[in-house]
Formats: sequence, C-alpha cells, structure tokens
Amino acid sequence: MAPAGLAVSAVLLLVVAPLVLSPFRLDLLAKYLCYAIVAVGIALAWGRGGMLTLGQGVFFGLGGYAMGMHLKLAEAGPGKLPDFMSWSGVESLPLLWKPFANPVFTLVMVVLLPVVVAVLLGSLVFRQRVRGAYFAVLSQALAAAFVILLVGQQGLTGGTNGLTNIQHFFGLDLYDDADRRLLYLIVALVLGLAYLGVRQLAASRYGQLLVAIRDGEDRVRFLGYDPALVKTVAFAVSAALAGVAGALFVPVVGLLTPANLGVVASLELLIGVAIGGRYSLAGAVGGALLFNYAKTVFSEELPDSWLYVQGALFVVVMVWAPRGIAGLAGQLRDRWARRGPLRPVSYPAGADRPQEVST
Amino acid sequence: MGALNQLVIGASIGAVLLLAALGLTFTFGQMGVINMAHGEFIMAGAYTAYVLQPLAGGQAVLAALPVAFVVAGLLGLVLERVLIRRFYGRPLDTLLLTFGVSLILQQLARDIFGAPNVQVRAPGWLTGGVDLGGLRIPYNRIFILVLAVGCVVGISWYLARLKQGRRMRAVMQNRQLAAVSGVATERVDQLTFFVGSGLAGLAGVALTLIGPVGPTLGSAYIVDAFLVVVAGGLGQLRGAVIAAFTLGVLNSFVEFWTANGASFAKVVVFAVVIGFLQVRPQGMFVLRSRALS
Repeated sequence: MAPAGLAVSAVLLLVVAPLVLSPFRLDLLAKYLCYAIVAVGIALAWGRGGMLTLGQGVFFGLGGYAMGMHLKLAEAGPGKLPDFMSWSGVESLPLLWKPFANPVFTLVMVVLLPVVVAVLLGSLVFRQRVRGAYFAVLSQALAAAFVILLVGQQGLTGGTNGLTNIQHFFGLDLYDDADRRLLYLIVALVLGLAYLGVRQLAASRYGQLLVAIRDGEDRVRFLGYDPALVKTVAFAVSAALAGVAGALFVPVVGLLTPANLGVVASLELLIGVAIGGRYSLAGAVGGALLFNYAKTVFSEELPDSWLYVQGALFVVVMVWAPRGIAGLAGQLRDRWARRGPLRPVSYPAGADRPQEVST
Repeated sequence: MGALNQLVIGASIGAVLLLAALGLTFTFGQMGVINMAHGEFIMAGAYTAYVLQPLAGGQAVLAALPVAFVVAGLLGLVLERVLIRRFYGRPLDTLLLTFGVSLILQQLARDIFGAPNVQVRAPGWLTGGVDLGGLRIPYNRIFILVLAVGCVVGISWYLARLKQGRRMRAVMQNRQLAAVSGVATERVDQLTFFVGSGLAGLAGVALTLIGPVGPTLGSAYIVDAFLVVVAGGLGQLRGAVIAAFTLGVLNSFVEFWTANGASFAKVVVFAVVIGFLQVRPQGMFVLRSRALS
C-alpha cells in the first residue's frame, strides 16, 4: 500500500471509526481487526511462503487461552478459582494455571506458546520436505486434535463452553464504553504494527528468499540456502500474530470457545485472505474485514443462506479470482496481454505447477 | 481380555477409516486433488440409505449399497467435470474450492432433510452379535469390516485385472508417459473420480449402521481419512489398509489406557503420524520415481 493509502486507512481506523460508529458496531469492528491481524500472518505464510496453513485457529487459541486464563484468574481474585472450575468440581487451582496469574508471564506466553508449537511442527515437517498438500492436511489435523483436547479437558479449559464472562482487561472495565473504545484503539494499533512489521519483513532479503522458496524450493536449496529454516521462521511469525490476535479477541468478545478455533474457524480465517488477495498484505487485511462483515450481515439477515454464500465465495474466488480482489487488476492485465480467454492448461497433476523457464 | 476387546473396537474404527480413505487415496494420489467434499459424498451415501428406507424397509442398507455408490459417484463426476477440471496443477486451490462445495452440500442436506439427525434402521439380521469367549462382537461391526475388506479386494482386482484399472495405474505412475502411450488421461481422471467418490457413498451407508445420519456426518471423518492417506502414501492401497487399521487400533488403545482418553487419542494419533513422517516423509509406500519432487 502506498504511504497515502496507509495514512488514509490509519485515519479511518483510528479517528473516524471511533467517532462515527456506535459502541456495538465498534465492538464488531474490533473483532474483525483481530481476524485481520491473523490475516496478515496468513498472507506471509501462505501468500509469500506458499504454506497453506489450515491450523491458524490453534495458534489463535493458544494465545487466546493464555490471555483468557490470566483474565479469569484476575477476575476470581487471589486464591479463588475461576467460575467454571467450581461448576465442574475442581477444588484446587491446576498447576497449569498457576503461572498465568502473573501478567508478564501471560504476555510472554501469548507469543511464545504459538511460536514454540509452530517451530516444533514446522521444523519436523519442513525438514523432511513434507510440503504442499501434505502440510495443509497435517495442519488441519492439528486443529482438529487441538479442539478435541480442549473440549475433553472440561475442568482445565471449560470444555465446550470455553472461557466465558470476562469483564476486565488489565484495569479496563469491559462494560464501559470509553474503556471499550480504548481497547478498540489498542487492537487497531496492534494491527498497524503487525502490518508494517510484516511488510518490512516481506520487502527484506529474507522476504525475497521466502518467495523464491515458494516458487522453486529445490532450486533455492541447490543455491545453498536452508528452505526448512526460512519456512519455519515465516510459519512462526504467522503463528505469533495469530496468538496475539487471539489474546486480543478474548477481551474484545468477552469469551473464547473451542468453536472459535476449530477446523472450520481456521478455514474461515483463510477465506478472507483468499478473497482479499493472498499475495497482497493490504488485500489480506481488507479481505478479512470484508468477509467477517459479510458474515455478520448475513447472520443477522439471512442466517440460513450464509453457508451457501460462504461456500459460493470459496468457489467463485478460486475459479475466477485466485489472486483475490487485490489481484484482479493484474489478472485482467494478464488476460489482455494474452489476447484471448484464459484457457486452463492441463498440467501433470500431483506435481506442482511447472516452473516457467525463460529461454 | 480388555486388550482383545480394544483390538476389536480398533479394527472396527479402522474399517470405517479405511472406507472413508479408500476413495481419497485415489483422487488425491492420481490427480493430486484434495477433495474436502469427499466427506459430503459420505453423507450423501448415508442419506441415500435413509431415502430408500420407505421403499426397502429393513433391507435399506443392502439396497442402498449400489445406489449410494452411483449417487456419490455421479456427484463426484459432476464436481470433477464442472470445477476440479480447471484446477489440475493447483492442488492447494482445489482444497479451498472443494471446501466451499462441501459447505454448500452440507447446507443443502440441512434444507432437504432438516437439521436434526435421522436414523436408518439396521436390517434384522444385523442385530445381535457373536460371543467369542466373553468377547462380544456386534454383527454390524462385522458387516462393516466385511464391506471394507470387500472394497479392498474389489479395488485390487480392478487395478490388477481390468484394463480401466491398468490405465488408472499408468496415469498414476507417470501421467505424461501414459498420455503419449495413447491413454486418454482425461477419461481416466473422470472414471477415477467416479469410483473414488462412489467408495465414499459406500462408506456413508456403512456409517448408518453405527450412528445417526446428519448433515455434518462426513466432516467428522474427513480429517482422519486424510491422515490415513498421508501416512499410507498417495495412491497406495496397501498403505491405506495398514495405516487405517494402525490408526484405528492406536486410537482405541489410547482411549482405553488414559483416563478421559477420547480427548488425548487424536493428539497421540497426530503425534504418531508426524513421527512416522520423520522416517518416511512420503508415507508408508512410495511410487519410485527419479523426479525431484
């Protein structure tokens, strides 16, 4: 995005939105912005790195549960148990929960937990050159297993209900409109930082290497680089962003349930990026906002048809606009240059798309 | 005794996994297509049995087997002809595309059959079970196991003996070479998709024997089925069989050994698959090839 566009977006998000929107709509926007933070990470891992991650919900959840645990403990007060534990008959605070009473530890964990899981999975998987569809399937299986684990550990995680009834966030009263506006501004600022940081990263030498690996991993390996390392770093950064987004999501929405981070939720995080344009950071952010806004509108007006719309969006974007809205202009230009309809070429299936070799 | 019991339960989970994964291993293996709508083809098979119930009564399950195969197969064929055909060479995009299709099919099922689950009555001769020295094996579990074995035998016969099957193997092993040797690869792709999706229909009928039928029936199995394919190796019948039963048995034993086990079983299965991929990154069996990737 050009500096002018960036400035306009910043003014819109930081000044205009809080002034114009009702508290209810501002809350919704804050929620969309959380998803947009995840989208920035997905655009890095998927758009630049070619790693289709269907498990971003896991990292979102790790960050979210870390924050949620701290907030529930703060809510209950020292020496007391969070409400859901007494409902499920837990009598003393589980060991896992104890360190989360400390706010600094919690903030570190919000980033560290997702990064550790991502580095572990990434280094195990990428080092063995497991990639493409295999990686996508594995990341999805991780999301499925994570949700089942959360639901099963009722006394530790609140089970299906998750962590609910969160009323304070580091001294902010979440039932107070002014405090909520402050929370919104925090989310917007984090999104801005995430966007600028990832943009810087993508423009760097490292970012170029990442794109090169996406387009020809073996060639990059022959040049002496370690693709596994480069991909793991990008995956970890995207996981960290998802973790931070999850941690902000908890106070914004006031609860976190396993349904917010399962297989379907993870795919919903992805479709926004696909709609906006996976190769463009700004496109990914815009797509996430647009998709979640559409979801709200449809859930309010026509709840039954939302799944049709969502499904059709996947199909339409993938068939006609694989580069998303941000890539439409470029796609039209390509089509014009070719003078004629884009014909699907039958590539050998199973293999990656053959790399074009200029002669 | 407990262990033996878990083994039986595991084998029966494995049989269901195998039925769900059989079709996938060919569509994924031959065409590189990740068909997330496979789960909804399973659901379509299950609803076929439900629809046939008023006609066939107690024998709906038997009557549904061939019908569900054709129904799900045709769904797959339409999907291939209309959409997936444009996506060869873009495996990651087919994943998102077919996920969209699966959402639409789920809602369609909800609109046609209603959101609540429905029940398919099992035939009378499938109630009860055999007693093996204190170990009770329900007939419906045996039926599923027999069905899975039958499918594996049928497919290996198809692949080994029929010329369509041989062409399918040729395309799977080397698409370009098959094409220049005169195999009509597009036709083979269509047939593969029909058979692969049809197998999902059979899996759906089998699932009506062990639980109610609902719009999200298939999506519950799809992730595990993909794990089976990844662990077994693409397009590998042997691999799929071994992986399905191993993961099924592993699942049932972890549930048995750990308190509150159901929630840990999936995590353990996932960790085992990741660990296994450290030894064999491309799954149990691999097509030998000199190609780099």
